[in-house]
Amino acid sequence: MNQRILTFLRGTATACALALASSLAQAQLSIEITGAGTNRMPVAIASFEGEQTLPRAVTDVVRADLERSGLFKMVELGPSPMGADAPPDFGRVRSRGADAFAVGTVAPSGSGRYQVQFRLFDAAKQVSLGSQAMVMAPNQYRTTGHRIADFIYEKLTGEPGVFSTRIAYVLKSGQRYELQIADADGSNAQTALASKEPIISPAWSPDGSRLAYVSFEAKKPVVYVHSLATGQRNVAANFKGSNSAPAWSPDGRRLAVVLTKDGQSQLYSVNADGSGVQRLASSSGIDTEPAWSTDGWIYFTSDRGGSPQIYRVPAGGGDAQRVSFEGTYNVSPRPSPDGKSLVYVSRNGGRFQVTLLDLNSRQTQILTDSAKDESPSFAPNGRMVLYATEVGGRGVLAAVSSDGRVKQRLSVQSGDVREPAWGPQPRN
Amino acid sequence: MKYTRITLSLIAVGLLAACSSSPSTEGQSGAAVEDRSSGAASSGVDSSRVVPVDANGASGKSAYPELKDPKSILSKRSVLFDYNSYVIKDEYRSLVEAHAKFLTSHPSVKMLIQGNTDERGSREYNLALGQKRSDAVKKALTLLGVSESQLESVSLGEEKPSCSDASEACWSANRRGDMLYSGEF
Repeated sequence: MNQRILTFLRGTATACALALASSLAQAQLSIEITGAGTNRMPVAIASFEGEQTLPRAVTDVVRADLERSGLFKMVELGPSPMGADAPPDFGRVRSRGADAFAVGTVAPSGSGRYQVQFRLFDAAKQVSLGSQAMVMAPNQYRTTGHRIADFIYEKLTGEPGVFSTRIAYVLKSGQRYELQIADADGSNAQTALASKEPIISPAWSPDGSRLAYVSFEAKKPVVYVHSLATGQRNVAANFKGSNSAPAWSPDGRRLAVVLTKDGQSQLYSVNADGSGVQRLASSSGIDTEPAWSTDGWIYFTSDRGGSPQIYRVPAGGGDAQRVSFEGTYNVSPRPSPDGKSLVYVSRNGGRFQVTLLDLNSRQTQILTDSAKDESPSFAPNGRMVLYATEVGGRGVLAAVSSDGRVKQRLSVQSGDVREPAWGPQPRN
Repeated sequence: MKYTRITLSLIAVGLLAACSSSPSTEGQSGAAVEDRSSGAASSGVDSSRVVPVDANGASGKSAYPELKDPKSILSKRSVLFDYNSYVIKDEYRSLVEAHAKFLTSHPSVKMLIQGNTDERGSREYNLALGQKRSDAVKKALTLLGVSESQLESVSLGEEKPSCSDASEACWSANRRGDMLYSGEF
């Protein structure tokens, strides 16, 4: 196991540190890599020419992103920067063992902004794999770094990166609950909602602009839809009884929700503004935790057969099919972005663990070795699964690759983190 | 209260602004990163701004002192359930009857019944299981003549434990239905 701790807390001036240390240390998610892939591609990111003028080097962000993915091994090229325009020293890069490398230049572009240009090379074939240029404010080095890492990841793996995505989760400190939004690496955490009552089940709208969630601020579970950029929110479901488990339709117009207005917990759908309630399915037991797949199914948990198991119904209506058969407790299903697999939580001898089901082969694989896993959700590229678990009696977030090899943990210094949801790719 | 919070937020914003290198303000400039790569159709980073909202409301007081009087059975509000059970035990019969009597003689008073579970397993599935407990209390009250319009049964699932250790004693205290009257919720 490659144990390495990466924290993104930066040294601050003493006065600031004294004033802010407690709140920042508490709020800042730090990432620990607890498992990596077996065959990691050696990649070098040369320091970019001119990046020392930024608050922090763009390439620090790029290297940390690529390393954290568990698919790449960072190769050191030494402190001397390599510019985007100079002919690269392939010999020097090859002698260090890198298969691919990036070089770049950061230069002022006027009005206090900077242009960042970079190019990616195949070190063996000695050919360019592509280049990009962006203009940014100096304090946007992190956003820029994530985008460069996404570019490199996609060129080298053939699938989109998720370094520019965001995650939502609930931070509980004492009796205070905060719905927070952070970058996928845990940095840049911002509070969208603070409450003295619990908040659960955040769900991202497909365009990433809104979150649906359940808040207990009215002493009962009510489903809200919340626009992150404005803070505006509306009640999406507040019927008599409980309202919970929101899940967006792929077109972002409707929400599947669980209501008890007609008796036991059952599946309904409503428009995002709360109008147009319709029944989605009926059963004699509990139906809950709906999740819309991109290929036309709604997966959900139901105990209609005696124990909680995963079922699915066609989104357009039809009969329910049972999906999980092993064990007596299978809950919280989330289909992969391509609809080919499903993650859920299964109970195995008293341990609750994230499990992957291949919907074609029917093979299952337990992805974790923890005991209190909850709320799994796929990264938008399907490569990683984010979930909540417990370490030392405290709630933490963890991520595991869909092959079970790459493992990360995100935690705060004090307080419980739970109810994670991985957001969609940003739409620019 | 609200002003205090706003003032604190302003102080915090001021401090963050003064500490330009602090992590929580990094990358939050309003100006977008432009994409100048050739052939790239997209440009700019979407707005990553998040506006904070405070959800803390207020609750009032009950007009009926007997509901709070420790000598009155009406001050007892919790019905405990066995593991994996949603049936009201005999020992709670007199408690439920007393509340039914109060409600039938005060038809303008409303009750919110909150079902709870222990912490094990899925939060949303536990929410549905807690609903079965509050529904059991509601059904018992309606069978005793309480109008359905006076009652609302909801679930708090595992979210509001009265006890937070991972022990059987604690879990059993959390498997309960709570009865709240108008003004208490």
